[in-house]
Amino acid sequence: MAEMRERRWLHPGAWWLWALGLAAGASRTTNPLVLLLLIAAAAVVVQARKPDAPWGRSFAMFVRLGVIVIVVRVLVQVVLGTPLGSTVLVELPGITLPGWLAGLRLGGDIAAESLLPAVYDGLRLATILICIGAANSLASPTRLLKSVPAALYELGVSVVVALTFTPQLVADVDRLQASRRLRGRATSGPRAIAGAAVPVLEGALERSITLAAAMDSRGYGRRGTTVARQRASSGLLLGGLVAAVIGTYGLLAADAPVVLGLPMLVVGVATAAAGAVLAGRNSVRTRYRPDPWRSPEWLVTGAGVAVALMLTAADWAGMDGLHTPVDPPTWPTLPLVGLLAALAAATPALTAPGLPPSAAPAPRTARDARPAAVAA
Amino acid sequence: MIVFDHVSLTYPGATTPVLSNIDLRIPEGELVLVVGRTGSGKSTLLRAINGLVPHFTGGTLTGRVVVGGRDTATHAPRDLADLVGVVPQDPMSGFVTDTVEDELAYGMECLGLAPAVMRRRVEETLDLLGLAEIRDRALATLSGGQRQRVAIGAVLTAHPRVLVLDEPTSALDPGAAEEVLAALQRLVHDLGVTVVMAEHRLERVVQYADQVIVVPGDGQPLHVGLPVDIMRHAPIAPPVVELGRLAGWQPLPLSVRDARRAAGPLRDLLVGRTPALRAVVDSPRPLAQASEVTVSYGSRTALRGITTGIGEGEIVALMGRNGAGKSTLLHALVGIGPRARGSVTVGGHDPRSLDGRSLLHQVGLVPQEPGDLLEATSVADECRAADRDAACDAGTTRALLALMAPEIEDGTHPRDLSEGQRLLLALCVILAARPPLLLLDEPTRGLDYPTKSRLARVLADLADAGHAVLLATHDVELVAEVADRVMIIADGEIVADGPTLDVVTSSPMFAPQVSKILSPQAWLTVDQVAAALAPPGPLPEGVAG
Repeated sequence: MAEMRERRWLHPGAWWLWALGLAAGASRTTNPLVLLLLIAAAAVVVQARKPDAPWGRSFAMFVRLGVIVIVVRVLVQVVLGTPLGSTVLVELPGITLPGWLAGLRLGGDIAAESLLPAVYDGLRLATILICIGAANSLASPTRLLKSVPAALYELGVSVVVALTFTPQLVADVDRLQASRRLRGRATSGPRAIAGAAVPVLEGALERSITLAAAMDSRGYGRRGTTVARQRASSGLLLGGLVAAVIGTYGLLAADAPVVLGLPMLVVGVATAAAGAVLAGRNSVRTRYRPDPWRSPEWLVTGAGVAVALMLTAADWAGMDGLHTPVDPPTWPTLPLVGLLAALAAATPALTAPGLPPSAAPAPRTARDARPAAVAA
Repeated sequence: MIVFDHVSLTYPGATTPVLSNIDLRIPEGELVLVVGRTGSGKSTLLRAINGLVPHFTGGTLTGRVVVGGRDTATHAPRDLADLVGVVPQDPMSGFVTDTVEDELAYGMECLGLAPAVMRRRVEETLDLLGLAEIRDRALATLSGGQRQRVAIGAVLTAHPRVLVLDEPTSALDPGAAEEVLAALQRLVHDLGVTVVMAEHRLERVVQYADQVIVVPGDGQPLHVGLPVDIMRHAPIAPPVVELGRLAGWQPLPLSVRDARRAAGPLRDLLVGRTPALRAVVDSPRPLAQASEVTVSYGSRTALRGITTGIGEGEIVALMGRNGAGKSTLLHALVGIGPRARGSVTVGGHDPRSLDGRSLLHQVGLVPQEPGDLLEATSVADECRAADRDAACDAGTTRALLALMAPEIEDGTHPRDLSEGQRLLLALCVILAARPPLLLLDEPTRGLDYPTKSRLARVLADLADAGHAVLLATHDVELVAEVADRVMIIADGEIVADGPTLDVVTSSPMFAPQVSKILSPQAWLTVDQVAAALAPPGPLPEGVAG
C-alpha cells in the first residue's frame, strides 16, 4: 500500500482509459439519473486530483460546453422536430411548410414526448464530453506526449508547442492593448484589433523561429537510420490508422458490411502497431524517467473498464431502467447497476496517488485530500 | 577547439559581408568574451560556431569553421548538439518542455542517451548549477536568473565541450547576474568547458575573461587579445578600467578587488573633496503622487501599499530584483492594469480617468519592449502617427528624432532598427506630447555603451527642461550617472528611498564600481572623480571617456 500513498503523477494513459471507459458506459444509457451520477463521479475525481496547471482548469469549460450541447439539442427539437405525443407542455404558434418539405415543421405545440428524448440525448452527449474534459484536466499533455509512440513523437511536439504558444499569444494581445493606451489610442474596436494583429503575429512568428533554432541546436531530429525505413514505418502507421478509423465506423454504423467492422479494425490496429514498433526501432530518441505503470494505474484503468463493462452488459441483457420510457413520460428510476457504475467511476478519487507538492493546487485542497489518502 | 579559417559571411540580399576573412583560434578551456556594438556581427559570429549560421539562417559562408574536428559545412547544428551547447539570448524562447527536470533531459533524449546516464547527468547538473530546489517547478514560474541557469543546464547535460552564450546577463538584476557568472566560472575551472560569450555589460564580465574578441563591424578585421591589453586602449570600457586609466594604475585592474588594492593613494588624494552633483531643486513641485497603492494579480500581491511622489525636474531610479514590482508600479502610474486599493494622481488627475489623448499629455511610458509602441511600417509614418495622436504640429516627432538620433532614416522599417535606435524612436513618439512625467521600463536592456551614454544625456536634458523621469532599471552604472534619487523596491514594498549617493553606496548589490573601489568615501562615477581632481574649469573631454 505504500506504493499508493507515494505522491506522484499518475500515468496520463490511465486517466484517458478511465475517462474513455466512463464515456463508453455513458453512451449505453439515456437514464438521466445514471448520467448525472457519472458526471458527479467525474467531477469528484477532478476536484480531488487535478493539478495546479493551465490545463487543470479546463474541466469547467467542458461542463459549460456540455450545457450548450443540451440547449442546442433541445432547441433543434423544438424548432425542427416532428410533433409527437399528447402531453403538451407549451403551446406555440406553428408554421405549416409547403408539401415538398413534408416531415419538417417550424414551431407548434411542444409535447413532453418529443422534448424528453432530446433532453436525454443531449445529456448523454454532454456526459461523454465532460468525461473527455475530465481526462483533459487530469492528464498533463506533455506527460502524455512522453508516452506517445516514437513514430508520432514529432507530431506530438508540434501539439505541445502550440499548447504553450496559446497563453503567450493571449499575453501578447494584453501587452499590445496596454501599448495602444500608452499612445493615446482606442483600446477596443475594429481598428484596435487590426492594429494589434500584425505585431502579435510577427511576435509569434519570431518566437517560433527562435524555438526552431534552439531545438535544432539541441539535437532535435537527429536520425539513426535511412530514409527508406522511415518511409516504410510512416506508411504502415498511417495506413493502419486509416483502416482502424474505417473499422470503427463499420462497427458503429448499423448498415455497414460486416467486413468493414471488427476485421477491418483488427487489421488496422495491427498494422499501426507494427509501424509504431518499426519507427520506435528507427528512432535514436530515448525517454527520461517515463511515468511508471503500477497498481494505482491498474486500479484507475480498471474503474473505467468496469463502468464500461457494467453498463454495456446491462444494456445487452436488456436490463430495466437504463432507458427511461418517454411515451408516456415517466419518472426515471435509478437501477442498481447505474449506482454501482457511478461508484466505480468515482474510486480514482481515492485510488489515484496524490500529486507531488509542486503540482498540487491550493493548500486548502491539499488538506481536503489528506483524509482521502489516509483512507486509501 | 574552435577554428575559423578565412571565414567570410554574406547574408542573402546583403551587398556587404557581415564577417569578412576571419581567422580565429580558440583553445580548449578558455572563457572568451566577444564585444562590439549592436549589429556589428557578434551574434552571427557566435551562431557560426554551431552551424546555425548559415544552415538555419541562410547566407553564404566561405572558408571553414571547424569545432572539435567537425566541419560545420558537413555537420548540421543537430549533429553538433553533443559538442556545442548554445544558450539563446532570451532563455524562455528556447525552452521546449514545461518543467525544469524535463528541460534538462530534453537534449539528451534527442541524442538517444541511455536512461541511466540521463538520470545521473540530470542530478549532477542540478547540483552543479544549484537547481536542485526547483527541479519540479514549471519553467514559467522561475525568476530570470533561474531561467538562465536552467537554459545553461539544459545544454550542459549533453556534455558539450563548447558553450556559446548570447548576452547571458543583460536582462538580469545584479544578484542574478552574479549567480549565472559564478556558475559559468565553475564550468570553466572544474570541467574545462570552452565558453564563448557575448555581453554588453563589460563591467560584469571582463574580469573573468581569458581572451577578448572585439568585433568592430562593417566587415573589418577582429581585434583579439588579453583583456588587459584590449581594455587599455578601448574607446569604451567599464568604470573600473576608466578609473584605472585616470589614476594611471599599472597593471590596469579589471576587477573591483584589484582596483581597491591599487586605490589607496587615490583615496588619500580625494580626502576632503566631494563629488559635484547635478543641481537639483531642494523641494521640487510635486508632479505625481501614489498613496497606499496595492496591486494584486490573482492570489499574488505585486505591490503592497506603496506611497511615494515625484517632483518636477527629478530623475528617479527604481531598482530591485526581477519580479519585485517595478513594472507594476510604472503601470499603476499610467493607470494600466488592476489596482486593488490606493490612489494615483498625475498632474492632479487619476490617470485611469483620463481619455487617451489627455493621458498622453500628462504621462508617457516607454515599455520594456519599446517595439510594442510602434505599429507603422516606416519611421516617417510612425512619426506622423505620433503627431496625430498627440495633436501637435506636424513634424514635431521627426524633429525630436533628428535631435536624438540623426542617423535614422525616414524609410526604414521600425523592426529593422537596432535595439537602441528603436528605443530612441519610441521615446520620441512618447515625448511628442511633452508629458511632464516620463516613465521608462528597463531602457538599457541590450544597449551598447555609446547608445547608453546618449540616452543618459537625453534624460539629463529632459530633467533640466522640467520633466520628471522615473526609470526602472538593473543598470547600476547608469543609475550612478543620471539618477538624483533611488528607490529600491522588494517584494512589492519600498525598502529604501533617498538621494542616489546615500542609497547606492550603502547597498552591496546596487553600488556602482567606483563607489565599491573608493568606499568608505562616497563617489559614484569616474567623471565625478575626474572633476574633483581637475583644476577648476571645464573638464577636458578625453578624461570623461
